[in-house]
Amino acid sequence: MIELEQVAYGYGTGTLLSGVSMSLAQGSFHFLTGPSGAGKTTLMKLCYGELVAEQGQVALFGQNVQTMERDDIAEMRRRIGVVHQDCQFLDHLNLSENVMLPLTVSGRSLHDPSELQELLAWVGLEKQAEAKPPELSGGERQRAALARAVIMSPDVILADEPTGNVDWEMSLRLLQLLIELNRMGKTVVIATHDMNLIRSAKSHVQARVLRISNHQVTLAGADL
Amino acid sequence: MKSILPNLLRFLSGDAQADRVVPPTGFTARLTVFASAAMAFLAVFALALSLATGRLADRWGEALAKSATIRISAPVDQMDAQLLAVTEILATTPGVKEARPLGEDEQRALLEPWFGPDLPLDRLPIPRLVEVIEDEEGFDADGLRARLAGEAPGAILDDHARWREPLVKAAKRLRSLGWLAIVLITTLAGVVITLAASAALSANEQVIRVLRLIGARDSYIAHAFVRRFTLRALGGAAVGTVLGALALFLLPSAGQQGSFLTGLGLQGWQWLWPLLIPPFAALVAFAATRQAALTVLQEKR
Repeated sequence: MIELEQVAYGYGTGTLLSGVSMSLAQGSFHFLTGPSGAGKTTLMKLCYGELVAEQGQVALFGQNVQTMERDDIAEMRRRIGVVHQDCQFLDHLNLSENVMLPLTVSGRSLHDPSELQELLAWVGLEKQAEAKPPELSGGERQRAALARAVIMSPDVILADEPTGNVDWEMSLRLLQLLIELNRMGKTVVIATHDMNLIRSAKSHVQARVLRISNHQVTLAGADL
Repeated sequence: MKSILPNLLRFLSGDAQADRVVPPTGFTARLTVFASAAMAFLAVFALALSLATGRLADRWGEALAKSATIRISAPVDQMDAQLLAVTEILATTPGVKEARPLGEDEQRALLEPWFGPDLPLDRLPIPRLVEVIEDEEGFDADGLRARLAGEAPGAILDDHARWREPLVKAAKRLRSLGWLAIVLITTLAGVVITLAASAALSANEQVIRVLRLIGARDSYIAHAFVRRFTLRALGGAAVGTVLGALALFLLPSAGQQGSFLTGLGLQGWQWLWPLLIPPFAALVAFAATRQAALTVLQEKR
């Protein structure tokens, strides 16, 4: 699904990632961990084409990102659901409209309007459907971002510190939702520095932990 | 060509959901509407100036070019003989359609503004004037002057060229300036709308980032901005055009004496010209916003 080969990236004169190679297979579940500033978010952005590798090659669904046309990148992003730490919404639209946005921009609609209610109920936000993003709490925003990320039924879910702004209980709930998605066959990558979250996933999912340190990505010990 | 109309109708009817993607408010909206209205208002006057000076140039160029005057300054005892000679010369000159000596009343009317109504023409050595009307071909002015010099030495041909040409030239220059003003107004409208669109795109950077993130194509994002700015420009220009046309319509009438001034308005079918201003403004806004949007989007991944 996503393959990185000898990828290097830096900001200014500093190198952040160097010689990174990894492959995310369909249906796999990965944690990406490492200290703050190690390059977790950068690696995620490389994975959905917001950044372009300075060296090496990133292939998404078999296509080289460096040589993709802009429209092809847009199409490719419809197959990748992204959940950001600072969930980005359009504040003038309500929650339902924000969640529906990926469908709106691709000119599609739900087969059945009740599917939206089901999706919002799945993330526990059915009562907030009409609320504007600024009216939502941190946990509600994260769950809304997750709902938006999956509404197109993407092949890959990339979650960048999805539990960064929520309490432990909400973190577990979000983790549970991502595990459910993985059971549906989605490839899931969660970038987090929270080792407790990784440990708590142990009994529920077959996950691999990738660690970023010294500009490299390594497998962190045995599989969970 | 067949696809233009359906595409235009689709563009104008829009997509309610897509329209909501871009936040509806902001100073750029007011700026676009106001700039379009002001530019359209000025464009109406520039258009009126161009059309009026065009009419003026045509009138001076065509009507006056078809007439000439022969002035006979001779001793009183030779006046009738020279007048007769001039009349005979004109009767045999190719290109002269009509030649007619001005009567005493007509000459008195010409001099009245300077000397008053009681001018004793019969006691003053006033030159006689002969009005000459050309046919379509026109006459050879140099040839006619040579014949007059030989047969009526007191007769001088004035074909109005000396004062007509600078006037026609000035009118034509004014017409060019009018069109130049329209070009400048159009360019300025494009610049202002481009700036407004760029400001709107910058103010909505977060919106664009989110849209790119969830898989929106550049054309979709650009379309959302372009449609909004185009419709704002169309609405603003329509208001400006109506106000400009109204102002022209309400220009005070000064009759024939003031025709040079009041002739600056539009006449007859020329009132249809301002109808082109709003769609043209919309076209400028469409091109300017699309270019600005695509430029901004190209900078983002």
